Amino acid sequence: MSVRSIAIAFAVMIITSLSGNQAPSQGFAGLGSAAEGFSVPQPGRPFHFPVDHGAHPDFRIEWWYLTANLEAPDGTQYGAQWTLFRSALAPGENKGWSSPQLWMGHAAVTTSEDHFVAERISRGGVGQAGVVAEPFSAWIDDWQMQGNAVPGADQLANLTLTATAEEFGYELRLSATGPLVPQGDNGYSVKSAKGQASYYYSQPFYAVTGSLSLPTRNVEVTGKAWLDREWSSQPLAEDQTGWEWFSLHLDTGEKLMGFRLRDEGEGFTSATWITADGRPNPLPAGALRIVPVRTAKVAGRQIPVSWNVQIPSRGFDVTTRPLNDQAWMSTSIPYWEGPIAFEGSVSGRGYLEMTGY
Amino acid sequence: MTIWTVAAALLSHWQRRPLQLGAVVLGLALATALWSGVQAVNAEARASYARAAAALDQNELAHLVSPHGRSIPQAVFVRLRRAGWNVSPVLEGEYRFGTARLRVIGVEPLTMPAETQAVDRRNAGELLSFISPPGTLIVSPETAEKIRRQTDLALRVSDRMPDGAAFVDIGLAERLLRREGELTRIVIAENQRPGLEPLGTLAPALLVREPSAQSDLEHLTESFHLNLTAFGFLAFAVGLFIVYSTIGLAFEQRRPTFRTLRCLGVSLSALAVSLLAELFLFALVAGAAGVIIGYLIASLLLPGVAATLEGLYGASVTGTLSLRPEWWLSGFAIAVAGTLISSIQSLLRLMRMPVLAAAQPQTWGRSSQTGRRFQVLAAAALLGLSGALILWADGLRAGFGVLGCLLLGASLLLPAMLSGFLTFMQRLSSGALVTWFWADARQQLPGLSLALMALLLALAANVGVGTMVSSFRLTFIGWLDQRLAAELYVAARNEPEADRLRAWLATKVESVLPIVSVDAEIRGQPMQIFGVVDDPTYREHWPLIVVMPDVWDRVASGEGVLVNEQFWRRERLRIGDQLDLASDWKATVVGVYSDYGNPKGQVIAGINALTSRHPQVSRLRYGLRVQPDQIADLRSSLSDEFGLPPDNIVDQAALKEQSRRIFDRTFLVTGALNIFTLGVAALAVFSSLLMLSEMRLPQLAPVWAMGVTRRDLALLEILRTLVLWLATFAAALPLGLVLAWVLLAVVNVEAFGWRLPMHIFPYEWVRLGLVALAAAVVSVFIPLRRLAGLAPSELLKVFANER
Repeated sequence: MSVRSIAIAFAVMIITSLSGNQAPSQGFAGLGSAAEGFSVPQPGRPFHFPVDHGAHPDFRIEWWYLTANLEAPDGTQYGAQWTLFRSALAPGENKGWSSPQLWMGHAAVTTSEDHFVAERISRGGVGQAGVVAEPFSAWIDDWQMQGNAVPGADQLANLTLTATAEEFGYELRLSATGPLVPQGDNGYSVKSAKGQASYYYSQPFYAVTGSLSLPTRNVEVTGKAWLDREWSSQPLAEDQTGWEWFSLHLDTGEKLMGFRLRDEGEGFTSATWITADGRPNPLPAGALRIVPVRTAKVAGRQIPVSWNVQIPSRGFDVTTRPLNDQAWMSTSIPYWEGPIAFEGSVSGRGYLEMTGY
Repeated sequence: MTIWTVAAALLSHWQRRPLQLGAVVLGLALATALWSGVQAVNAEARASYARAAAALDQNELAHLVSPHGRSIPQAVFVRLRRAGWNVSPVLEGEYRFGTARLRVIGVEPLTMPAETQAVDRRNAGELLSFISPPGTLIVSPETAEKIRRQTDLALRVSDRMPDGAAFVDIGLAERLLRREGELTRIVIAENQRPGLEPLGTLAPALLVREPSAQSDLEHLTESFHLNLTAFGFLAFAVGLFIVYSTIGLAFEQRRPTFRTLRCLGVSLSALAVSLLAELFLFALVAGAAGVIIGYLIASLLLPGVAATLEGLYGASVTGTLSLRPEWWLSGFAIAVAGTLISSIQSLLRLMRMPVLAAAQPQTWGRSSQTGRRFQVLAAAALLGLSGALILWADGLRAGFGVLGCLLLGASLLLPAMLSGFLTFMQRLSSGALVTWFWADARQQLPGLSLALMALLLALAANVGVGTMVSSFRLTFIGWLDQRLAAELYVAARNEPEADRLRAWLATKVESVLPIVSVDAEIRGQPMQIFGVVDDPTYREHWPLIVVMPDVWDRVASGEGVLVNEQFWRRERLRIGDQLDLASDWKATVVGVYSDYGNPKGQVIAGINALTSRHPQVSRLRYGLRVQPDQIADLRSSLSDEFGLPPDNIVDQAALKEQSRRIFDRTFLVTGALNIFTLGVAALAVFSSLLMLSEMRLPQLAPVWAMGVTRRDLALLEILRTLVLWLATFAAALPLGLVLAWVLLAVVNVEAFGWRLPMHIFPYEWVRLGLVALAAAVVSVFIPLRRLAGLAPSELLKVFANER
């Protein structure tokens, strides 16, 4: 999951104003724009932890993206999302209001009937939002992803996640049962045939306990969560207009990350098969095939909410089904993001993100 | 008989007497015009305040502020956000762009509540240029014109902005105002999530200021608008006098018609309905004309009002008027109400009229003995009430109550007084013609008395307001001489330049008086605290009203402070009271000084006491004491040595001239309204005389028949009119003086916070008297020409015709 994030309102602004061009030719949310002045991901750079858990202000965009498939004691399914986006108007960081960094937070809870969404936007530089690598902490206003690890340990191994909005809130405790997983080529994740790329790693092995507060009830929940970390300066090609992104927890304990970026032609797909003990197997471009099964009218547009996902080389062939068709993120830049279940050659749960509809 | 026949019969009266028709419609239109014009000006000004307040988000949302007007650390804002509070920071201050002083409002567009959004968050380019260096100023079109060449910053023009203010990004505000990490207030959005920790725990040092229904400006200028309203009402009342007397006369003259119609079988109710419909028609026509004239008056007045509000309160009002639908409605409403008020007595009389009663236009309006007694009693009651209000009531409305009772009481008393005067003169005189002259004047009085009452009101208002303005002006100019004691005022452009300037000046002038001030909040009011050095200039010149002994020593030592008169009165302070200037700064009030033209409270402290608590205070401006003959030299060497632009060096004379100009502009509106009111009153007298002249043949014919020529009769008519004018004018003088006293000692104190000594200006009375005289001659001219040109046969007919 991930490039998703994108959703960022700011990104659009940045591009429209800096380049003076109009947005349509620059992909969804302006993510296809040039990276002038910003650093550009290079293959072969190893991650440095815990530093890379923190912000990379020389890159234009970055996110800390967490999705959780949750279940109440009575078996009711829920989904929760917590995302912090960083977007830079200019490379680097300054103290105070003159900081060029902007931050945006999205939080959501999905039930089979409802989808609750909230958004926070903040300037950098004054402490209203930010990320500290060690001891790990990511926050915007009172929403927080707080690391509980001792110094020296994996800072992302134990997290407390909170978000509260007018209608809903949650507090989740996450503990990793597996290692951090680099995506793509050792963390260098290619996004188009033209070579656009990002740095990308995940922690797909969280076990979750916690509670959701909803308008009508408070629910104790347990489940699985997936954290994506990604940063880049120009992750999309200019003609790429949106994507479908799957993060799947297979009942076998394996994980699958796969995405398709849509363009005027066939699109660009990429996937990583992650073994139950956390070893990534990047699949070649084109190995993943996705076909819409059912569309639904969501926020006034037709959106394919159910998909057939195949990886023939792995004998993987499943059909996904959303917990709630209407998992629409009505944020500054809107997109669809919600929990799914899948059945077929193997079953399990996961999250689907779709942008550019 | 159809209702149309009835209507035609009734309306034919107006066809035969177009002058009466003109008087009714014109009187009603003028009354409506002045009233709705003033209302329009008020509404426009209030709309401006509301726009300003909405743009500056003063009145819609609650704020966190620091007691004593201190700045709030930025960390408090972050703490609140991180506790989940939906709040947004604001940093405000004054900043000079060249010669233009702007209120710079630094906001943070991402957290700003939607209600107050100055920047469209969805317009990416707009948002980005706003928050990115070097930054953008959002200003009104007028302000943009003013500062365009004074700054390199980008300007974006917004019609929603009030003049003299600029929205900037909070980061830019920090740089401009040099207040890094500081906030002046924190806006609290309406939408907050549940379960928040209370503000009192998170920010115990701050106060929540709830949104107020009234903006500061609206509050400050309330007295001014009340003033205008009172004037509008006075003009309306004067206009109604015309309508009342004309309609009364028309009803009386139409009695034969009513009688005939009733005899032909028209029911009383049908007659009443027809008359009401007729009146309603007049009200609509006159109301429409009134609203249009009112609009013209308002557009004439508005620039003056805008100047006044700017001068007195620093409130910016746009100089353009928009025609709002509610004026049309209120204009028609007031016209209809006015018509009904002025005709209710006539209608009631009609309802009670016996079918066959003879018409008596002669005796119409001739107040019976009981009627006059009732008038005198009512007058006495009203005058007594106004006295009681002066003694026991408080507040601006009570002040206007005093004025209202006084004016109404005096005008009710006028007919009785004039009648007494004429009776007395009649007794004194011996010759037949002279006795007839006085008796005839007395006979004419009832028909004229309403017009004369209107005249009395207008003249008294002129004398009263004129005396008030002139007294104010005299006091103000004397006060300016004291207050602006330094010969030259100079402003440096930045602190290093100010340092060099001080060093350089030390040897060149007798003394250098720094002008330093900080904004503060004292007793919940926005105030300014000035710091003064211990200098003979202040000891000798400063306009003190009440003092403690050794007042300047106490100020210099930091133990005492001076307060301005308006703050002193508002807070009912006494010399020796303790005043909390800040949480760690208490001082004794040791003196009170007059401070005209300043709506805000002000405190003067010793400069050391001020700068030790506000080390950051700007020290750019100085008053310089020099010998008068050195001013020009010093001026040119200042601009040679420091390259200061001419605007930064102002001499005393120029400053005084500027203040005087502002003052005069301020009272232009009052003058204009005075003239309008006087004009309406003159019209009332004119129309009354005109109508009387139509009815006076029966009185004049016998006198003519006894040998008095028509020329002499005309001269006597002029003389009689002049006597009545003069008597009314004589009555208006004392009334006007009492009015002036009430304005100066009661209304001004409530409205502005200062009390002025009263000065008397007989020369102005002479001028007013001459204007009134000219109007009298004009008003008698047309009726007179008619009399002079009257064919003897017309006069003879009086004896032949049975009326």
